[in-house]
Amino acid sequence: MSVTDFTPDEMMTITAARALKNTDVCFVGIGAPSAACNIARLTHAPDVTLIYESGTIGTAPTVLPLSIGDGELCDTAVTTVSVPEMFRYWLQGGRVTVGFLGAAQIDRFGNINTTVIGDYDRPKTRLPGGGGAPEIASSCGEIFITLKQSKRAMVDKIDFFTSFGHGNGGDHRQRLGITTKGPTLMVTDLAVWKPDPETREFTVVSLHPGVTREMVQAECGWTVRFATKVIQTSRPTSTELSTLRDLKARTKAAHSGTKNGEAS
Amino acid sequence: MAQFMTLPQAVAENLNAGDTAAFEGFTHLIPHASAHEVIRQGTKDLALVRMTPDLIYDQLIGMGAVRKLIFSYAGNPGVGLLRRLRDSVENGWPNRIEIEEHSHAAMANAYEAGAAGLPFAMFRGYLGAELAQVNPNIRSVTCPFTGEKLAAVPAIRPDVTFIHAQKADRKGNVLIEGIVGVQKEAVLAAKRSVVTVEEIVDDLWTHPNACVLPGWAVTAICLVPGGAHPSYAHGYYPRDNASYIAWDKIAADRDTFLAWMKDNVLDSTPEDFAERITHLRAAA
Repeated sequence: MSVTDFTPDEMMTITAARALKNTDVCFVGIGAPSAACNIARLTHAPDVTLIYESGTIGTAPTVLPLSIGDGELCDTAVTTVSVPEMFRYWLQGGRVTVGFLGAAQIDRFGNINTTVIGDYDRPKTRLPGGGGAPEIASSCGEIFITLKQSKRAMVDKIDFFTSFGHGNGGDHRQRLGITTKGPTLMVTDLAVWKPDPETREFTVVSLHPGVTREMVQAECGWTVRFATKVIQTSRPTSTELSTLRDLKARTKAAHSGTKNGEAS
Repeated sequence: MAQFMTLPQAVAENLNAGDTAAFEGFTHLIPHASAHEVIRQGTKDLALVRMTPDLIYDQLIGMGAVRKLIFSYAGNPGVGLLRRLRDSVENGWPNRIEIEEHSHAAMANAYEAGAAGLPFAMFRGYLGAELAQVNPNIRSVTCPFTGEKLAAVPAIRPDVTFIHAQKADRKGNVLIEGIVGVQKEAVLAAKRSVVTVEEIVDDLWTHPNACVLPGWAVTAICLVPGGAHPSYAHGYYPRDNASYIAWDKIAADRDTFLAWMKDNVLDSTPEDFAERITHLRAAA
């Protein structure tokens, strides 16, 4: 049964979750991707293998981790390996089917910037940097991206290539010797996007309920392309929505905690 | 062979101005007490290495102890950006630090190369990524068998590595459990190492494949219960997420930051960490 009362953020998380299959092995980014991956595990994909870069493989946390290395991730994992092993054997070894990333800044070809806004040596804003993302982007079988739309985030030209998507489009990945598919799906709070088979430009294939083409364009820094046939994204089911809300409530309670012995 | 000593003594004997130092821990077991002791001793001009610089590096940078930072992700995970690091990079306060930026894969491989006594690390990385254009220490090698072009970065060889661990036995063997991060590699890559531990025991009572650093591979061991707070020690106390969230506000303003550092670092001692985890231990 579908429901009508949900937020754009909930629609985004649930739609992104639906993209994961039960057989996927997924390298999970922190934030929105982490919520989506765990909703997949708690709904249609109970056996999906979730991997966090801290070394936890096959983790099944009951609350969303604040960091990529919360104790909950290790407690519930099939195994926990060292960080060098994680990047050498499991990621570089080609055993991960999906990398699920967020983005501070993204362009129409799925290239991601999480390094700097402005010039690298004299940045306007120094962002955290790439972490695991540069190699996740090239070593995972394919890349799913999820982010909240805004003109600041979805830009015509990113300031820095932290993680390579489809470059300038077309066969740019192959020309660099990258053998994996790269970004194949982007889910925002307004729409579902897939790369055009030839140009590799992200194209809107599905609009979330209540969203118009004009709304998508208003929150995007490039001229949006729409697929020949644009459908409407299925509304969240009551099960999906209650699973997400329960998870968020458990997470909020777990992270508020106390500080230095004082009740907060 | 590992020597047992107090943390102030271990820092004084193993860290010198101008050194390259790593304080490793991947969210778990971050050596907060050691970093605070370094700040109290006023050691300057440090080149700091770490995959995930977080609060302690924000504190060392904000107190002007740092010349250079080698890293792959500088943030307060799940909370935001490191505001003291940003102030240094964007505004030069209190000094502008030099940055050498890598990816996690590069850093992990570089520590392994350091531990293995190799001059550089080789891996399949940085494909299409722009860091290779702004960091002259990211180069490439060609596989002599297949002709594939692979990324190459110099091995990491710190003068000293600081880590925190669950326990040591009386011979100085160190047990690390849970998320083991890159600590073993960081210790073995360094010339000297200082390990703070939650407790010292007669016998580690571990299973045969747990991460153990033998006592002869460690320089100094210091008993500092709670020494990872607000990070955590698996089996002892959980991560104090509320403190990480609170740090964002403390670090946002220079004066608030300096006042916090005076109260919680300059006027404190390693022994204070035990009290900071009492409520967390009870909740675990």
